[in-house]
Amino acid sequence: MTDISLETDVLENGQGRSLWQDAWSRLKRNKAAIVSMLVLAAMALIGIFGPMFSPHPYDRIYPQYVRAPASFEAYPRADNILPAFESALARARVDIGEVTVEGSQARAAISDDEPIDERITRYVDRSDLFSNARIENLSADGMTGEMVADVQRLRFLFGTDANGRDVLTRTMIGIRISLAIGLLASMMALLLGVTYGAVSGYLGGRVDNVMMRFVDILYSLPFIFFVILLVVFFGRSFVLIFIAIGCTEWLDMARIVRGQTLTIKRQEYVEAAQAMGVTSWGILRRHVIPNTLGPVIVFVTLLVPKAILLESLLSFLGLGVQPPLTSLGLLISDGAANMRGASWLLIYPAITLTIILFALNFLGDGLRDALDPKDR
Amino acid sequence: MLAYVFRRLLSAIPTVFIIVTIAFFMMRIAPGGPFDLERPLDPLIMENINRAYNLDKPIWQQYLLYLGNLAQGDLGPSFTRRDFSVVDLFRTGLPVSIQLGAMALSLALVIGTFLGALAALRQNSWVDYMVVGTATLGITIPPFVIAPVLSLFFGVMLGWLPAGGWGGGQLRYLILPVATLALPQIAIIARLTRGATIEALRSNHVRTARAYGLPQRVVVGTHALRAAMLPVVSYLGPTAAALLTGSVVVETIFGIPGIGRYFVQGALGRDYTLVMGTVIVIAMFVIVFNLIVDILYAWLDPRVRYD
Repeated sequence: MTDISLETDVLENGQGRSLWQDAWSRLKRNKAAIVSMLVLAAMALIGIFGPMFSPHPYDRIYPQYVRAPASFEAYPRADNILPAFESALARARVDIGEVTVEGSQARAAISDDEPIDERITRYVDRSDLFSNARIENLSADGMTGEMVADVQRLRFLFGTDANGRDVLTRTMIGIRISLAIGLLASMMALLLGVTYGAVSGYLGGRVDNVMMRFVDILYSLPFIFFVILLVVFFGRSFVLIFIAIGCTEWLDMARIVRGQTLTIKRQEYVEAAQAMGVTSWGILRRHVIPNTLGPVIVFVTLLVPKAILLESLLSFLGLGVQPPLTSLGLLISDGAANMRGASWLLIYPAITLTIILFALNFLGDGLRDALDPKDR
Repeated sequence: MLAYVFRRLLSAIPTVFIIVTIAFFMMRIAPGGPFDLERPLDPLIMENINRAYNLDKPIWQQYLLYLGNLAQGDLGPSFTRRDFSVVDLFRTGLPVSIQLGAMALSLALVIGTFLGALAALRQNSWVDYMVVGTATLGITIPPFVIAPVLSLFFGVMLGWLPAGGWGGGQLRYLILPVATLALPQIAIIARLTRGATIEALRSNHVRTARAYGLPQRVVVGTHALRAAMLPVVSYLGPTAAALLTGSVVVETIFGIPGIGRYFVQGALGRDYTLVMGTVIVIAMFVIVFNLIVDILYAWLDPRVRYD
């Protein structure tokens, strides 16, 4: 061996750096990509764990807080408590005396010409504003007393939607669904596209011709055609949406992988494997597919935002996930329908989606620069 | 060249035929029919309707009938919009979509190439960063976010422009939908032009032009930009087809009577003829624009020859 002094590119133990180590070190230098990665990780955590910590379930309807504007202040507003308490009591059909609100407790003197039924507390409990209603200081004959209820303080940081559901929790569920569909659909496209492309490219000749003409034909059909047909066929379930998107997005992947395979299969190591009698499938699995992964990974990171967009588009058209489950696209579509007078319904989900798409795009660009330094 | 165009158009016939066939049978495989209501119709009425629309015949006969009518330019009656034939629907809707699409396309082309070239000529300056940054924004934000936000901001909050509607094609009504359609395209075209121009400025023929002492205007305008237009042109083919045949999102949000909505509405309502018609129209636009792209290619790049 010739004695070459170790370059800085070679690690101390004498091993060369693999493609992945090299790519990682390049990626680390790209600030936008690193920030994007952190943002995405945060979004994923919010999507997975956020709804668990939220005080409102995503499908809980608060009839009294329909289209409550987004605000840091807790609902109900101080000057709404008294009228709400009075109207709740009015349903109990008892005579109401003095009504006071102190801090988080509402108190009303009540009386009736027959003994007060304890069960009237449920008229108060039924309201979203009050909880733990009880009757105190009941007189001996049971005809006068005080109705006491705790005021339920609720916060809707992103406001509530037209059905009175918390938009913050729904946005977090939307993040979860959109990210999950984006990832799963991309995996699906990856699986289909890589297999199809590698087989087509490796077998070559007439098989390749037929397989690629088939892809061409699918290309010229509007993609949304497939999605709609698949959704129409199999109903509107979460699983089928990502399968449908995956089934429409594998075409580019197949072309890229086929192109790569055409060059790879002429390499000496493939010839060597053939000479040693390795089966075609073995060569594909061991030699061809691993060597196509660089461009494929870059493509996948750009595919994830595309899949999220497609899912959002489908939801927007009413073909995506069905309420009460939600996705960012569905929230945006709801927001667009309600934007007059309830702009928070549109703004928060739209900002969230934009941030996610931004991060994914920057990460994709960063990965492309890192994995494929020629193509800048 | 004429012979080439003729050959290409001839080869489009089998392509359209295959697309028609696939679309026809896929549409029929989908469960449900155009006349399925929540409450089933009287079987006798159903039978009569099916007979009127030839739906009672075996599927291969329907297919042959459809092909026969298609050859005569008849796309059949719409199943869900009674009293309208598919051709009628396109006759009123297509001009609207084409008008919007053409305006958006020209706007995108002019502004996009200008910004892209500007950024390339001032590479790594603040102009460049501004253009690239804005372009990333434009590519990232989807139209179904841009459209309602624009409508909310300019239509509802400021009240400068109508928040939706067609208004007989008055300019005031066109601005927001055209902007929604054009913004992402401006971004993509600017990015493509920037990349291609940077590459072209480094290429040999531009260096030669410089060496001849040609003024910067000529070097950039005739030599660099011409080469830089190649990727833009090939991007524009399918994009132009998509823009001119209307966008579901824009037409739904702004309430525009174009043909973009027909495909989705038709597929959901099992309006077989309307869906088929839309597929055929889109396919023809794609084919024609791909042909135009190839012709432009030969004109832009003298190395490309079609004979």
